[in-house]
Amino acid sequence: MTEKGQILNRIRLALKTNAPRPGHPAPAQVKNPGGSHHPPSPGEPRNWLPKVGESVEEHRTLFARNAAELKADFHWLDSLEDARKLLNDMASREVWQKVATHAGECTSPLCSTLPCKVLTLSPGYDRNELESCNAGISECDFLVAQTGTVALTNQSAGGRALSVLPPHHIVLARKHQLLADLPAAFAGLRQKYGDNFPTMISLITGPSRTGDIERILVLGAHGPKKLTILAF
Amino acid sequence: MSFASEFRNRARVVASNLRHRQIIRTALGNYETARDRRKATYQDWQGARQLAAETKWEAINHLDHYLLDFSTRLEARGTKVHWASNASQAREIILAIVQEKQARSVIKSKAMTAEEIHLNEALEKAGLKVVESDLGELIVQLRRETPYHIVFPSMHLTREEISALFEKELGSAPTLDPEELTMIARRVLRGKYLTADIGITGGNFAVAETGMVSITENEGNARLTAALPKTMITLLGIEKIIPRLDDLALFLPMLATMGAGQALTGYNTLYGGPRQPGELDGPEEWHVVLLDNHRTELLADGEQRDALHCIRCGACLNVCPIFRNVGGHTYGTTYSGPIGSVITPHLRGLQDWKHLSGASSLCGACTETCPVKIDLHHHLLQNRRNAAQERPDNLEEAAFGVFGWLTRRPAAWKTVRFILQKIQPLTRQFQKKPWHPAKPWTQTRDLPVIPSESFRDWWKNRPKTSKHD
Amino acid sequence: MDALYPRAAISMVEILERLGHRVLCPDALVCCGQPAFNSGYWDQARAVAQPVLESLQDAEAIVIGSGSCGAMLKIFYPQLFDKTPQKEMACGVAARTWEFSSFLVDKLGVTDLGAAFPHRVTFHDGCHGLRELGLKQPPRTLLRSVQGLELLEMKEAETCCGFGGAFSAKFPMISSAMGDVKCHSALETGAEYMVSNDSSCLMHLQGLLSRQGKSLKTMHLAEVLNCVKKN
Repeated sequence: MTEKGQILNRIRLALKTNAPRPGHPAPAQVKNPGGSHHPPSPGEPRNWLPKVGESVEEHRTLFARNAAELKADFHWLDSLEDARKLLNDMASREVWQKVATHAGECTSPLCSTLPCKVLTLSPGYDRNELESCNAGISECDFLVAQTGTVALTNQSAGGRALSVLPPHHIVLARKHQLLADLPAAFAGLRQKYGDNFPTMISLITGPSRTGDIERILVLGAHGPKKLTILAF
Repeated sequence: MSFASEFRNRARVVASNLRHRQIIRTALGNYETARDRRKATYQDWQGARQLAAETKWEAINHLDHYLLDFSTRLEARGTKVHWASNASQAREIILAIVQEKQARSVIKSKAMTAEEIHLNEALEKAGLKVVESDLGELIVQLRRETPYHIVFPSMHLTREEISALFEKELGSAPTLDPEELTMIARRVLRGKYLTADIGITGGNFAVAETGMVSITENEGNARLTAALPKTMITLLGIEKIIPRLDDLALFLPMLATMGAGQALTGYNTLYGGPRQPGELDGPEEWHVVLLDNHRTELLADGEQRDALHCIRCGACLNVCPIFRNVGGHTYGTTYSGPIGSVITPHLRGLQDWKHLSGASSLCGACTETCPVKIDLHHHLLQNRRNAAQERPDNLEEAAFGVFGWLTRRPAAWKTVRFILQKIQPLTRQFQKKPWHPAKPWTQTRDLPVIPSESFRDWWKNRPKTSKHD
Repeated sequence: MDALYPRAAISMVEILERLGHRVLCPDALVCCGQPAFNSGYWDQARAVAQPVLESLQDAEAIVIGSGSCGAMLKIFYPQLFDKTPQKEMACGVAARTWEFSSFLVDKLGVTDLGAAFPHRVTFHDGCHGLRELGLKQPPRTLLRSVQGLELLEMKEAETCCGFGGAFSAKFPMISSAMGDVKCHSALETGAEYMVSNDSSCLMHLQGLLSRQGKSLKTMHLAEVLNCVKKN
């Protein structure tokens, strides 16, 4: 028998003994089902997780507060043109030589007017060239107010490395992408991708960080030292 | 020397080391503040714990079913799934992949399962250069140590020690600035990500419904490990299963809250396959190795099966007064603290590791804090019972027998008390002597004074009128 | 409590009788069996516990001046006697068992015993009382109504003192280190007395304090509550 078969056999044998359900004193008499078994979750996480409020305004305020605490820059802008201006100012202020991005409906128009070299990633791109960029500019799937999180995939945000290899990650989002909480983000991902999820989904909460030296917070451990989020 | 005496010796040294006590107290003091503040933001933390416990119960009690779901979905997108019954099989599987790729260098992101199977030693023996990319893991790797803590591997070290280590091992200039020290590691590791042939990761959750591995980290090192090398290998214990994608909406914040007092950890990333046609980058091959290594034996123990619910947040270590006083290395195990004391006897043998269940005051702080409600301190009691049933300690068994005999004979009990009470004042002056019969107690503590009148004496002698009958 | 802390037991009897209860103390009540139980010797623990169980089967309420022994009867007897003929008796006894402070506050609804104790006091929670029985408030409620008593909470109040029964003798260095941390927290408050509803914790802590020549004294909760005002 294969190792797979042996492990599964050991599991099935072990599960012949029942184990008490949490919060229930007596062992539960639950048959180990064969076939399809996808029961609904025993509860709704939303009932227990931190409150987020109802309105967009509340979500925006919460996201902004979380972003500030996480030391991420968050800008809620009126238009794509405002985003362009802010991005161009940032390019001059931080003296960008070269930035990386991917083709997209927000990235393409905004990056085309940047006052620096732009590397638009395509299959087979040179990772060393990406590493040498001052910033990575990507789109995303959602912003999550509850935790100040950017949800993106390798499909929406230019692959796996763009959002993590350059020292500054800039996220471009439309205002309607701001969601209340994590359950909403997972629901949104399902709706967007159906059964065909991209092979990477990343929930990014603040710039890269570590506390491994005396539990003191340092930003930019391996990933970006700076995270800037523009919503317009 | 037995594992028990090694533990005892190390514990004796560390427990009396006041510097160690202070370092750990300071580190964990900040953690506690952040954790409590975060917990307070939940609408109902206890409700969240109950839901998390029930969800993990469901996963573990239908483990065969969910594992099949998980592996089938992974395979459908080109991931190679391997099954390993024990540590040596897992090492062989990984070595075979590495050799087939003619790989020379490996970049690793933090994985306790890899520590459990001693993967680094095996890879190095096969001539590979292995680099740990998590900062804390890199630090302990450079010190040739094991992680001190499952979440904070280098929490026992000061910046002075880390600076000296980097100076010696990486040739950097000494600095006491944590940021500069972090940047030294960043610079050293950058090159490694770009050139490594293989990336090895662990995983925090295995989502059965969608066939994805969820990896939680703060630094971005796992993101890079899973993005750049051509071949990616992920090693997972079979207990990492959760049923649904949406379950992560609960588990990710709870893991962050209890692990480090965060709302959400910096990067929570789900991987569902190697690079697919049309995707910009990512590994050409992804191998997922599912590890049993005695987990099915723990699974067979209905009483303690919930120990497999563990999400490795480290919260039980942080609140454990034993851990805080003896430190992570004293245990001599991959998993330390209360969860380690519970599961190590199952993973590595009850008789060899029962001392860890004895080394507990059973205070229950671990059980109280556990986000998935594992009945940790009662499992320590059960381990003690199972160990004594399987192989009783003759002396202890006899002592409890005599004690029991005495308790059933009030007259004999009284006599013993009388004798002890009379001789105690005489022995007081010898309390600190190494040959004192109660030495384990008297080395650091005075014995209580036995009063001449016991409660029973008082009860029998008091005027009958004072009683209500 | 019989041999080492008779004052605590006597105080309990006096308090309960003042409240109009009839107190019985069967000879068979010597030890609850926890030492053997916690060490894994359940057969030996049953041998000690059985006479206790039998002598308590007619009691209306069982009041125990120790959170630890209280937890043994209330939580662990049903497990110890699981699948034995005494299971039912054990569950019955467990249901009627009360830790002393909880009996006063939760069962009798008494919070003020008319005691006076003009001292600074810090309260140490025994872990079994605190976590197995969930009794954080009752002892504090009682102490707050003691005249002249100033209750000072210590830092890390819920951290174990390190006694842990056989643990204190099997791993004395760990146990003492934990005790040191606890004594340090208690001393920091500036209290004159460290009071607890668990005399076993106090035995360990007093042992450390005496050895280190500290003037902080330990005292059982019942003794404090039995310091009746003289008027």
